[in-house]
Amino acid sequence: MSKLLSPAKTEVLFMGNEAIARGALEAGLSVAAGYPGTPSSEVIENLASVAGQRNLYVEWSTNEKVAVEVAAAASFAGLRSMCVMKQNGVNVASDFLLHLTASGTRGGMVLVSCEDPGALSSVNEGESRYFARMLEIPLLEPANFQEAKDLTKWAFELSEKIHNIVMLRSVTRMSHASGNVICGSLTDKSRVARFVYDGPITDPLRGPVISTPVVAKHRLQQEKLEKAKKLFEESPFNKYFGPKKPQLLIITSSVCFLYSQEAVSSLGLQKRAGILKLGCTWPLPERLLKKYLRLTDKIMIVEEVLPFMEESVKVLAAGMPKEIGLKTFYGKIDKTLPAVGELNPDIICAALSKVMKVKCKSIPAAYVKGLQKAAALIPPRDQTFCPGCPHRASFWSINTALKRDGREGFVCGDIGCYAMAALTPAIGFHTVRTLHSMGSGTGLACGFAKLGAFGFDKPVLSVCGDSTFYHAVIPALINAQHNRADITFVVLDNAGTAMTGFQPHPGLTTSAMGEAVPAVDIAQICAAIGAKVAISDPFDLDGTSKLLNSFMEQSGSLNVLILRQICALSPEKKGKKKFEMRVDEALCLGEDCGCNRLCTRIFRCPALTWDRTKKKAVVDEVICAGCGVCSSICPQKAIMKTEVIS
Amino acid sequence: MKHCVSNAKLHSKVYRGGKEEATLHAPGRQQSYRVIRRGADNAPGIRRAGVANKGRRRKVAWYKEPMNIIITGVGGQGNVMASRVLAGMLVDAGYFVTIGETFGMSQRGGSVMSHLRVSSRCALSPQIPQGRADIIVALEPVEAIRVLSKYGNPAVTVLSNSRVVYPIGVITGDFNYPSLDKIKAIFDKLTVRNWLINATSVAVEMGNPVLSNIVMIGALAKMNLLPIDRRAFEKEITKNMPADKRRINFAAFDAGAKMV
Repeated sequence: MSKLLSPAKTEVLFMGNEAIARGALEAGLSVAAGYPGTPSSEVIENLASVAGQRNLYVEWSTNEKVAVEVAAAASFAGLRSMCVMKQNGVNVASDFLLHLTASGTRGGMVLVSCEDPGALSSVNEGESRYFARMLEIPLLEPANFQEAKDLTKWAFELSEKIHNIVMLRSVTRMSHASGNVICGSLTDKSRVARFVYDGPITDPLRGPVISTPVVAKHRLQQEKLEKAKKLFEESPFNKYFGPKKPQLLIITSSVCFLYSQEAVSSLGLQKRAGILKLGCTWPLPERLLKKYLRLTDKIMIVEEVLPFMEESVKVLAAGMPKEIGLKTFYGKIDKTLPAVGELNPDIICAALSKVMKVKCKSIPAAYVKGLQKAAALIPPRDQTFCPGCPHRASFWSINTALKRDGREGFVCGDIGCYAMAALTPAIGFHTVRTLHSMGSGTGLACGFAKLGAFGFDKPVLSVCGDSTFYHAVIPALINAQHNRADITFVVLDNAGTAMTGFQPHPGLTTSAMGEAVPAVDIAQICAAIGAKVAISDPFDLDGTSKLLNSFMEQSGSLNVLILRQICALSPEKKGKKKFEMRVDEALCLGEDCGCNRLCTRIFRCPALTWDRTKKKAVVDEVICAGCGVCSSICPQKAIMKTEVIS
Repeated sequence: MKHCVSNAKLHSKVYRGGKEEATLHAPGRQQSYRVIRRGADNAPGIRRAGVANKGRRRKVAWYKEPMNIIITGVGGQGNVMASRVLAGMLVDAGYFVTIGETFGMSQRGGSVMSHLRVSSRCALSPQIPQGRADIIVALEPVEAIRVLSKYGNPAVTVLSNSRVVYPIGVITGDFNYPSLDKIKAIFDKLTVRNWLINATSVAVEMGNPVLSNIVMIGALAKMNLLPIDRRAFEKEITKNMPADKRRINFAAFDAGAKMV
């Protein structure tokens, strides 16, 4: 039996995302939709794994906007639904969300946004909490694993009480961390989908679901928010821990609560500092805040990343000076805490020790010196493409073609593992010169390609992965064709949403729930748009680079090259070597070759290493994936491949 | 007032016990060893009152409150799996376990790290404060030093695999990789006890280098620093792995136990 379906009252170790999924199941969820994105993906994956047993419909949608729309339809039909995404996804979905929050919802609907402070697996650390304020919807933030489950369940109830979507925000250190959770009971009540629309236009529960009349619906939306605020005043998810008369009040939410708690105790400040942990962070419960702000004149607000709560608390405080008195606020605005990157217990310790004038405990200086000496001896370990990664081969060919072309062309990059091609240590050859949001590489390439009238004459390429193609690239591609943007577009098709863990996408024949579904073919879409399309195996370095050159030479058309090779970490490929690789020491000329160690300095596969004593290249068989690509880059043909017969 | 916030005490109907007047827990402050678990002296089994797996808890002497363990290595070495297996055993033994992890893009050839925090009192933050690791388990030797340099303290124990995975910067020749002798000397100087074992070679002999992580778990169990043993491991593996994969994991565990 799946751990996710553990019986009530059992205690299990849940990842934050599993706890969120369990909470939704306990709430009687019917429909869930999302788009993969670290750290959010496991919520949908877990729900999909029990879809059959729990009579759910779970899908990976083409993008986050579609996911919210799919989930909203279920809510309109009276079911409980959830949409799940990482922080950037909320940006993508925001246009629909802005209208949805005006029309309101019916069955409980929850938007889960898992964010990435510190950008541990992102190219931004943007916040979606500000969307809750802009969309005028309630925002909930779990502060531990049990709450991740309990608060998710409550979010559905809240949504049904106010008839609007509720946002639940998690962060990487919650979503991808694990902790003990005691399960509640799974509901067996099943709902029937029924969409009622023949009431009057002004009746949001029986009429058509629309955002007009706008002012009336907007007023109603604000009344819903007021109702949520009242419920927040009494919510057990907002709780104070500490002395009756603290010298300092810490207001915190999410995983920062655990950090604050740890910092307070490690400084021995339990009798001097109190912690107000808020699970309901927008709109702030005013009466509750008033009660605790009165306790002391020193207030510290601990949150990630931007001063969202801090601003809200200050606005509230400004409105009640007589009741609460003058306050000194410590947080991000006065720079007590950094407003970039993620927090941790150490950062909060340092801030607290400054504010409370106490010393952090320290380790003996001699020992610390020893640690520093040891740290100086170790090499950094930079991210790189995995052994056997098709992207290394693809970018090798792109680089070869650009060099042969000789016009200083470049690549506009996109979001996926292949974004690493923009990082210096990943590969020793750089071609990616822009990197922004999903699909933006091709849009930018369109723009560059239209700069000819202003003296711009470099060839422009754009790349994207297969999942990104469906998510956001198609409009840019149509734009390129229609507006005659002369670009070469390369699809790095590795047969799955690889970076987030091989979730299926519209190009594959299996759905999130494991059902057979029709694949939507990238080549056919590109051809229908009017592009010239070619397909190649990126492991064929020579063929691929020649195709690219012929494309770059053709002006006046949109050219698409699809490079197909399955990700080396995919379940189909992992642990299965196609070739046994070895370096023939007699043929490898080492530093004397004149190739500047193309294999180990430029190609940079972790499995192709350098024997410092023999001064020759050597294959690390434990980590080699056996893709065989390196054999075609050696000018001496010293890297030998032998096909593995299975 | 309650300062120690065990998750469920707050919001779930399940009573998890604990004295009402208990003050904020002190992670890392308790340097005294052999602290008796609170659940044991207050009211036996109180944490489990009303919980279905009540009574499964074994009486084990606890060594330090909390215990901070870091499992580190290179992406793809089975770091996450090792931390899950270990945490599963500890949750089963009745402890609060918090695992802090990052995975996703960070695993692509980079250093990876799981923070495991074991407490008999409450859920702790998923990040161990600097200088507060009690045990470091490294699937790659240089990663042991990387973690040590940030989380080490004079009382730390290190268990490291000796199989090297060269970083790209070393392969290109931009950086040097310290010799295993040098690494061992660093361990000897900066840890209270340490082991440098060739878990990967044992795993390769067994047919799959990825078993290195289980070899390391076997060695860790043998060290007797944590309330885990072969029986707990069997139970955990049986729960989470298909039958055909169990035997090789048991063998890897046993091989590890023989190495310390």
